[in-house]
Amino acid sequence: MKSQAYPMFDASTIPDDLCPIATKPTPMLPGDWRSMRPVVDRAKCVKCAVCWLYCPVQCVVEKAAWFDFNLKTCKGCGICATECPQRAIAMIEEASA
Amino acid sequence: MSAILKPKSKLIVCDGNEAAAWAVSLANVDMVAVYPITPQSSLVEYLAKFIADGRLGAEIVDVEGEHSVLSVLQGACLAGARTYTASCGPGLAFMFEPYLRTPGMRLPLVMTIVTRDTLSPQSVWGGHQDAMSVREVGWVQMYCESVQEVLDTTIMAYKIAEHHDVMLPVNVCHDGNYLSFGAARCELPDQEEVSAFLGEKNVNWHVALDPQRPMAVDPLTGGAGGTGPSTFVRYRKGQCSGMQNSLKVITEVHEEWGQRFGRHHAPLIESYRMDGADYAIVTIGSMTGAAKDAVDEARRLGQRAGLIKVKTYRPFPLQAMAQALAKVKAAGVVDRSVSFGWNSGPLHQDVLGTLAMLPQRIPAVSFIGGLAGADLTVEHFARALETTAQALAGAQPLAPVWLNEGDR
Repeated sequence: MKSQAYPMFDASTIPDDLCPIATKPTPMLPGDWRSMRPVVDRAKCVKCAVCWLYCPVQCVVEKAAWFDFNLKTCKGCGICATECPQRAIAMIEEASA
Repeated sequence: MSAILKPKSKLIVCDGNEAAAWAVSLANVDMVAVYPITPQSSLVEYLAKFIADGRLGAEIVDVEGEHSVLSVLQGACLAGARTYTASCGPGLAFMFEPYLRTPGMRLPLVMTIVTRDTLSPQSVWGGHQDAMSVREVGWVQMYCESVQEVLDTTIMAYKIAEHHDVMLPVNVCHDGNYLSFGAARCELPDQEEVSAFLGEKNVNWHVALDPQRPMAVDPLTGGAGGTGPSTFVRYRKGQCSGMQNSLKVITEVHEEWGQRFGRHHAPLIESYRMDGADYAIVTIGSMTGAAKDAVDEARRLGQRAGLIKVKTYRPFPLQAMAQALAKVKAAGVVDRSVSFGWNSGPLHQDVLGTLAMLPQRIPAVSFIGGLAGADLTVEHFARALETTAQALAGAQPLAPVWLNEGDR
């Protein structure tokens, strides 16, 4: 759990039939509901960083000679694969992976 | 109305739109978001002037449309502000998405509907069709009869909306044309007395946009997964409880207003000349003045006529209406709008629902009139009373009576 600037609001002090509120961060990450996963062809990657620029959840991580993905936060949208000028990223199904 | 002015009160002549703006000013509203639309426009112009003159220390946001009006006010309300807007007809329609969400978030916004008939046919004139179309969305709705009642009700609306047993948005409805532009005598109460009446505001104790109290506002709730269907039921039931609680709060607030300011408005239902009445007409809004004159004339002629006026329409004051209707043997309900689904008026349907509670079945005639600014005169109500008396004698029209149908 990340550190909080302030203690979380104690929701037990108000009736629980007014406006729904949530005060506990969910442990789920985008990777928990991903159906497709990006796989980089290291031979094709030229480190142009287009995937890094386009990734909506900023899960692209830099390696020595290629870019890779943090699969905890990657939601499998495939924008990186669509935008990659080198066609270096393939989307493969999680079920068959 | 009392002719004696309360000390420190000020007497002015103004129309209903200006009276609403004075009420907003006296309620010390923090945030106003507006988009002009006929017949509401002069109301927000008065507000802009009050703010420019320094009379009202509120922020005013001129947004690009009504959807943004209510979105801005939701944010302001979550941040703890007392908020206000006014709209009608097509503007209200454009506001619909955040309008639906506001009561579910239990935000005590106050919004005037300067009622206007809906399109089409193309029309810019008064009629209750806009407000009636949103009657089941979860906002409290109160309809005013006079300019003074507009001012008094708009101030009271804050006390009702912000009551912790209610926490719901309130629509104060006043008739386009007749109340929006009709000038009348109006007493402005003293600022300090109004502030004392309203008390400390605390509108975001239950949900807030506040870095000191971090929370997710209105997250995905209930349904098939997540927190489960029962959670959704709990919040929906809570909303219904808030509506029912408001009936008691509206009554108490009107009582306190009467004690402090000397003007006693009927909070839910007003019974007019109902003692010994055999039949009654049921009215809502500014039409009631002419209707009372018609009842007076009928009484002068020896007819046992009475009148029931609806002030609070949502939540529907079932018990009060049942008590009033139990005194008569026939009713004629005058709607300034139509219920397309029932081929009658919406208020007529509510009266029919109320009559099902009573041990004896009585006839209830539906009258529809005053659409698109059409005048409802004493003569129209005399006809409505006559038709209701005939229904009492056994001749009940099966279709609604369109009061302005023969007008030229």
